[in-house]
Amino acid sequence: MSQRPPRFLLGGRRYSPAASLLLAAPFLLLVAVVFVLPLATLLHESLFVPGPTMAHYARAFDEPVYLRVMLRTVRIAVFVTVLALLLAWPLAWVMSRSRGLGLALLAAAVLLPLWTSVLVRTYAWMVLLQRNGVVNQLLERAGLIDEPMRLLYTEGAVVLAMAHVLLPFMVLPIYSALKGIPEDYTRAAQMLGASAWATFREVIWPLALPGVTSGCLMVFLLALGFFVTPALVGGPQQMMIATLVSQQVREMLDWPFAGALVGILLGFVLVLTLVFKRAVRLDRFVGSA
Amino acid sequence: MSAVRGNRAGRMALNAAAYAVTVFLLLPTLIIAPMSVGPERYLRFPPAGFSTRWYTEYFQDEEWVRATLFSLEAGVIAAVCATVVGTMLALALVRGRLPGKGLVELLVIGPVIVPHIALAVAMFLVFEQLRLTGSLLGFAMAHTVLALPFVVFTVLAALYRFDVELERAALSCGAGSFRTFRYVTLPLIAPGLVSAALFAFIISFDEAVVSFFISDLDRKTLPRKMFEDIDYNISPTLAAVATMLTALTIAALLLGYLLKRGLERRARATAAQED
Repeated sequence: MSQRPPRFLLGGRRYSPAASLLLAAPFLLLVAVVFVLPLATLLHESLFVPGPTMAHYARAFDEPVYLRVMLRTVRIAVFVTVLALLLAWPLAWVMSRSRGLGLALLAAAVLLPLWTSVLVRTYAWMVLLQRNGVVNQLLERAGLIDEPMRLLYTEGAVVLAMAHVLLPFMVLPIYSALKGIPEDYTRAAQMLGASAWATFREVIWPLALPGVTSGCLMVFLLALGFFVTPALVGGPQQMMIATLVSQQVREMLDWPFAGALVGILLGFVLVLTLVFKRAVRLDRFVGSA
Repeated sequence: MSAVRGNRAGRMALNAAAYAVTVFLLLPTLIIAPMSVGPERYLRFPPAGFSTRWYTEYFQDEEWVRATLFSLEAGVIAAVCATVVGTMLALALVRGRLPGKGLVELLVIGPVIVPHIALAVAMFLVFEQLRLTGSLLGFAMAHTVLALPFVVFTVLAALYRFDVELERAALSCGAGSFRTFRYVTLPLIAPGLVSAALFAFIISFDEAVVSFFISDLDRKTLPRKMFEDIDYNISPTLAAVATMLTALTIAALLLGYLLKRGLERRARATAAQED
């Protein structure tokens, strides 16, 4: 929430605290019932059922099966973030240096996936990667393989599909940071004799860093808690924490343990958000469309 | 000379990389469209012929149609509620003196920061006790809360861009707070409200995770129905649904863009007239 108009402009009449509260009331009521109450109930379940206990949290770390799921979750989230960053950088850079039709086309290519259903995009990857899917068909026709490879339900497939789904969240903040770098800066650096690499390292990268941090954080956080894509593309073999939570709730009906897993996930997300508080800039995603 | 040439080669490589990434972004989704008109039971690229069989199957399947209508209903209600509630809150944040503003701002970004799986499971737990699973009310409330952050930020942006002197002028001419809002503020932030409502609708319509948990056997949203079908059998009907959804997203984005431009133009014309 930036760029407030100077206070004196607002001057005159502002709504009274009572009127402001009245305006905010529907929001507060909704968020209390649909956001705060459910999360509090679930966390209560994890800490106080049957009695006050940390056993459910301990279980997540003690049993190797669950520990492995959590480690896999973090590992996949890291890979997804790195891959997304590598893919996003050239696109964001070229976008920041384009105008008119070129920019419109590139922006459309980023915004269309952002607003297309995650299920549609996940489904597309399954069609591409399944045993008799497009990728295997093409490879076979080209004579590169004799029989279809197993692509779906591998960690690589999960990373690729998730990086694809989350890529817009990386491109947009980096683009908005790069757009803010005047072209004069790079030209000046080059006229002073800096190589392309030195220009990148000394001028562009430091100025782009806030956007990069913001994009990486956004993608990493979303990847940690991602449900749809890993559940479908990864299957039970590549279970991540969200799928584990779902399994505990729907198959085991173990609410306290599911609550503990959610508690761990939330703790992780909250710590990261607080550490990088300034990097979370939602307005970048809203203003751009 | 060689430095310039090196630069140009570098720039061309960057451009090529950027367009390759664009293809990577778009191709997986777009390749479904030609495959969805293939006549065969399993999807093939390129398709072996042309047939609208899978589209017909979708429209004739009562479960698909019911899920679609339910999603539309929930989406419209969520869009309206989120826009009204979000606009009220944005006004309170910008134009009001709200006690506990920091906490309220935290609650606004809450649904974005908290992973949807956490929210979904938590809502499932509480909604079951309140008998809200599978109800339109339950979906409307859940989706309204998920869409609210985007609405609030869009409206906040519109309010910050807005010239406060216009409101002051209305107030000093004797208009009350409400009349000032109705005749000055509202028309000027209307473009923002339109895109906010559109965002909210798309968020609700595409929302898969919360829907996955708070649906029941009879009442489920389109994403939940798709989820089930993808999990059990990758039938070509899904390809038809996916293609129509992609087309709908393109249409919605275009519509939103055109509407916003139209409204902005009108607002500017009105402002010019009054000058």
